[in-house]
Amino acid sequence: MIRFDNVSKTYPKQNRPALDNVSLEIEKGEFVFLVGSSGSGKSTFLRLCLREERPSTGAVHVLGKDLGKLSNWKVPHMRRQLGTVFQDFRLLPNKTVGQNVAFALEVIGKPKSAINKVVPEVLDLVGLGGKEERMPGELSGGEQQRVAIARAFVNRPMLLIADEPTGNLDPQNSVGIMKLLDRINRTGTTVLMATHDQAIVDQMRKRVIELDKGLLVRDQARGVYGYQS
Amino acid sequence: MRAQFVLSEIGVGLRRNLTMTIAVVVSVALSLALAGASLLVRDQVNSMKDYWYDKVEVSIYFCIKADHNSPQCAAGAATDDQVAQVKADLDKMAPLVQSSTYESSQEAYKHFKDSNPDNPLLAAVGPDAMPQSWRVKLSDPTKFDVIQSAFAGKPGVKSVDDQRKILENLFGLLRGLQTAAFVIMVLMLFVALLLIVNTVRVSAFSRRRETGIMRLVGASNFYVQMPFIAEAAFAALLGSALASGLLVGGHFFVQHWLAKKVQFITFIGLSSVVAVIPLLVVVGMGMAAVAAFFTLRKYLKV
Repeated sequence: MIRFDNVSKTYPKQNRPALDNVSLEIEKGEFVFLVGSSGSGKSTFLRLCLREERPSTGAVHVLGKDLGKLSNWKVPHMRRQLGTVFQDFRLLPNKTVGQNVAFALEVIGKPKSAINKVVPEVLDLVGLGGKEERMPGELSGGEQQRVAIARAFVNRPMLLIADEPTGNLDPQNSVGIMKLLDRINRTGTTVLMATHDQAIVDQMRKRVIELDKGLLVRDQARGVYGYQS
Repeated sequence: MRAQFVLSEIGVGLRRNLTMTIAVVVSVALSLALAGASLLVRDQVNSMKDYWYDKVEVSIYFCIKADHNSPQCAAGAATDDQVAQVKADLDKMAPLVQSSTYESSQEAYKHFKDSNPDNPLLAAVGPDAMPQSWRVKLSDPTKFDVIQSAFAGKPGVKSVDDQRKILENLFGLLRGLQTAAFVIMVLMLFVALLLIVNTVRVSAFSRRRETGIMRLVGASNFYVQMPFIAEAAFAALLGSALASGLLVGGHFFVQHWLAKKVQFITFIGLSSVVAVIPLLVVVGMGMAAVAAFFTLRKYLKV
């Protein structure tokens, strides 16, 4: 699903690589936490998976494609096969919940009839059934994140990438979101989640990948967040 | 791609940037109107050339008694033989020489008297002061040089004059106006381009949330850029419609006001004005779309 082969990434005008010779593989159906302090290279790792950046050296394979060799015009097609969720939700404030999810389908040219059918389905799945007409501003943070997850999952992607999806949420809402991600994972979708939330990582007992200053320092099945310092 | 969705996005974008859109529309309208005016002046000059060159003649003037001081007339007034010789030479030059008519001194004096009845010179001079001449009509009025070199300096010939020279001054003036319109058009077009580039930039910035999400969910570049390009093209379409209106309005001004004041010029018809409108629309929209496309390449990376 995701394979990094000796991947390094150095941004222009910086001496230290943001990612330093990282090699790992994430299999289909896995649930993986990506942990590490700020500046450890988590964001760069995710940006490489989304082909927002290209590796300086090494190769990144996502969904069987070598992203370093993928030409620009093929990138949109590749992104349709994965879902993305962010800490700041990234919803359109002037569109309703239903329109926000539908927007993702409209801009990839899905027919209206298909959109009308799948949007209520996916909103039901994330626990927002009947809230299609609400505006994002009227919802709680947890609910907004559910809308974002609905939008990411509406195409039933093979891979869901989440960048600190619980970063803006209280513990109770965070648990709800994690339950939802776990359910999505059980449908066969691979989930890669970057997080700072120690309680969640310790509780879920999934594979943990830890980065520190761009180096891969830990790759542990059924791991915990880390050692207390 | 669903048309209704795209159209609603365009409407939202244009309204959000209303002042910029107005600036684009007006500057595109002005530059295209000037472009159209420049094209129409060229048409006007061409149609006047066709009309007037048909009427202009080359005159071969003969020496009169009073000319004995000038070197080509040192022998005094031209003799009838010399006049007949020039006619014989002219006839040999067909088909360039279409026809030639003789104007005697008396006829020339009468013409002068008819057209300048109050001229004080009339009292002082008689028909003797007016040269006799051959009025030559050419099949190709631009080949004046051929006649000039064939007859200038012939015995009895004082000068070879081209009436076209008088018209050239008028055409020169019109061509000057055309060049001025063209230069101003280029400047206005440049201003319009900069405005389009800036409008697209502001538009792309104010909608970076939408475009960010579009890229996130895998909308194709075309789909992300289309609303911006269509917006610019639509503003340019409004501009070219305004420009067309200005040109047609200008045409009616010329037809109903100027044509009455200046009767010796035949002005070009409405059909010529209508003929340049499609060109203006295509140029305007194409320019805006291309400018938007290249602006977006910089601002909306994958």
